[in-house]
Amino acid sequence: MEYLSARRRHPLAALVALLIALAATGGLYAALAPTQRAQANPAQSLAIDQGKRLYDVGCASCHGPSGQGSHNGPSLVGVGAAAVDFQMGTGRMPAQQPGAQVPKKRPVYPQPQIDQIAAYVASLGPGPAIPNPSQYTPGDMANGGQLFRTNCAQCHNFAGSGGALSEGKFAPELRGVSPKHIYEAMLTGPQNMPSFPDTTMPEPQKRDIIAYVTSATDPATFPSYGGLSLGWLGPVPEGLFGWIFGLGVLIAASIWIAARTAKARKK
Amino acid sequence: MTHQDRNAADHLPESGKPGKAVDPFADPGLPAHEPRRQDIDELAARHSERVVTMFFLLAVVAAFAFIACYVLIPKSKVVFIFPWGHVMAQNFGLGGTLGIALLCIGVAAIHWARTLMSDVELPAERHPIEAPPAVRQQVFDDFRQGAYESGIGRRKMLRNAMLGALTIVPLSAIVLFRDLGPLPERKLESTAWANGKRLINMNNDQPLRPEDIAVGSLTFAKPEGVQESDANFQEVMAKAALMIVRIMPNNIKDKQSADWGHQGILAYSKICTHVGCPISLYEQQTHHVLCPCHQSTFDLADGGRVIFGPAGHPLPQLRIAVNGQGYLSALGDFDKPVGPGYWERSA
Repeated sequence: MEYLSARRRHPLAALVALLIALAATGGLYAALAPTQRAQANPAQSLAIDQGKRLYDVGCASCHGPSGQGSHNGPSLVGVGAAAVDFQMGTGRMPAQQPGAQVPKKRPVYPQPQIDQIAAYVASLGPGPAIPNPSQYTPGDMANGGQLFRTNCAQCHNFAGSGGALSEGKFAPELRGVSPKHIYEAMLTGPQNMPSFPDTTMPEPQKRDIIAYVTSATDPATFPSYGGLSLGWLGPVPEGLFGWIFGLGVLIAASIWIAARTAKARKK
Repeated sequence: MTHQDRNAADHLPESGKPGKAVDPFADPGLPAHEPRRQDIDELAARHSERVVTMFFLLAVVAAFAFIACYVLIPKSKVVFIFPWGHVMAQNFGLGGTLGIALLCIGVAAIHWARTLMSDVELPAERHPIEAPPAVRQQVFDDFRQGAYESGIGRRKMLRNAMLGALTIVPLSAIVLFRDLGPLPERKLESTAWANGKRLINMNNDQPLRPEDIAVGSLTFAKPEGVQESDANFQEVMAKAALMIVRIMPNNIKDKQSADWGHQGILAYSKICTHVGCPISLYEQQTHHVLCPCHQSTFDLADGGRVIFGPAGHPLPQLRIAVNGQGYLSALGDFDKPVGPGYWERSA
């Protein structure tokens, strides 16, 4: 102890203390964080049971011990397995911090555990189930484009690049979103997105929209015709680019031409 | 003379001897003309000539390349070009060659002007704008004599008749403005919605039932009888566009708004009351609708009230009910004109 206290004013003492604190926090987190091990089990009741355990560790602090919600998170009764699969499959849940909107990130849970939690949440009340692949196989792209412009483009932009909403909220970019998650988002209306249930947008139309979105956001099928797309964000960034870089280059070129004398005697 | 004085005297101009007034900021005049290499060296001039010619020829070559791109490159061919990524080969070729052609013409013109055209400075000294007094006097005298001889000062009736004719004749052209289009009359106040018209889903052309509309969903509707194949479809929908939302009835703050809906189903105009942009950026948790043009924000849970932005009127709401067959139908037109305000708008 004397050895340590004698060196407590050493220039590197603060650094060492910081490293010890970081290692302790990280170690504790690694020890207590939800395990990444998959625990798949075909039995539905067992899945619900496993899901309940995972739920108690990872979700209950915000959504309440039995999914009834709290002031930190909405009730999950009746949201259905599709909502859980979307929120956790895109990494939005578990949320890192409260805010205007929970952004997508790398999924925290592996898919088998997501399925278990989804099974548990689905047992809380009837809601939309996780779709099977035949429900979200891409359909008619042309019809999908028309439906997309009617129902989706106002927020997600004509090319699926996303856009700003009020008070820090935003409609996310659709590039790289899997057909299943697009389907689930339309069905469940995550966060502030309105839902488009099968009663007003039948399933074939959802498949048409998926066909359009996956095609329009894929550079291989929908290249940038003019070269520089500037993020497909429309006239504002294009104008900004034109004014700043286009005019900037012209002004710089004029200055460069005028700065060099054409006279024989250089001064 | 002290040391300091001598130092101060060093800073005076050479000619600045005491007793002789010299302007320290005298106009130096134009510098002597400096020739360019091309002015004195015929070889350099010929070299410049060749460079200019080469750029003009490059422009011609690029123009032929432009034609070749148009003819030879397949329209749908996609190539990867760093740093642009995947681009349409023909578009890229057309833009690139045309850009090179125009740039070459510009470079040739500038090089020609800078190296071969005359660069002798030709000063044009300024002169007073005012005419000499004799000329001014002459003009005034002529004017007075003309005014006297025409009798415009003495014959008042003649003068007034002339002024009247010169005013009325050009103003008569105002009636031509009538040809700019028919008057809007009362068309701005009414839409295609009317009592008993069912709400038709824009997605599948089916009439909507209340059980179709889930809480938190967003649906777009058109009035019954309006077909997309109609010649004036866009014109009709520009006013009649409707968005339908469903809000938990206990979340609806405006009593009248709740009464005008059906069990939380509310139908609002999709046209912003600021300058008429279509708005449907609906946030289902806050019940706010945002206009993408100027960020006007409306609270659909509070009668379409404006809570942010430049819009001057709340979003008009359509009174709806369920008809005998169980379909959602309108109870009349919007009670207020949809879209932006205009001069004759009553409220």
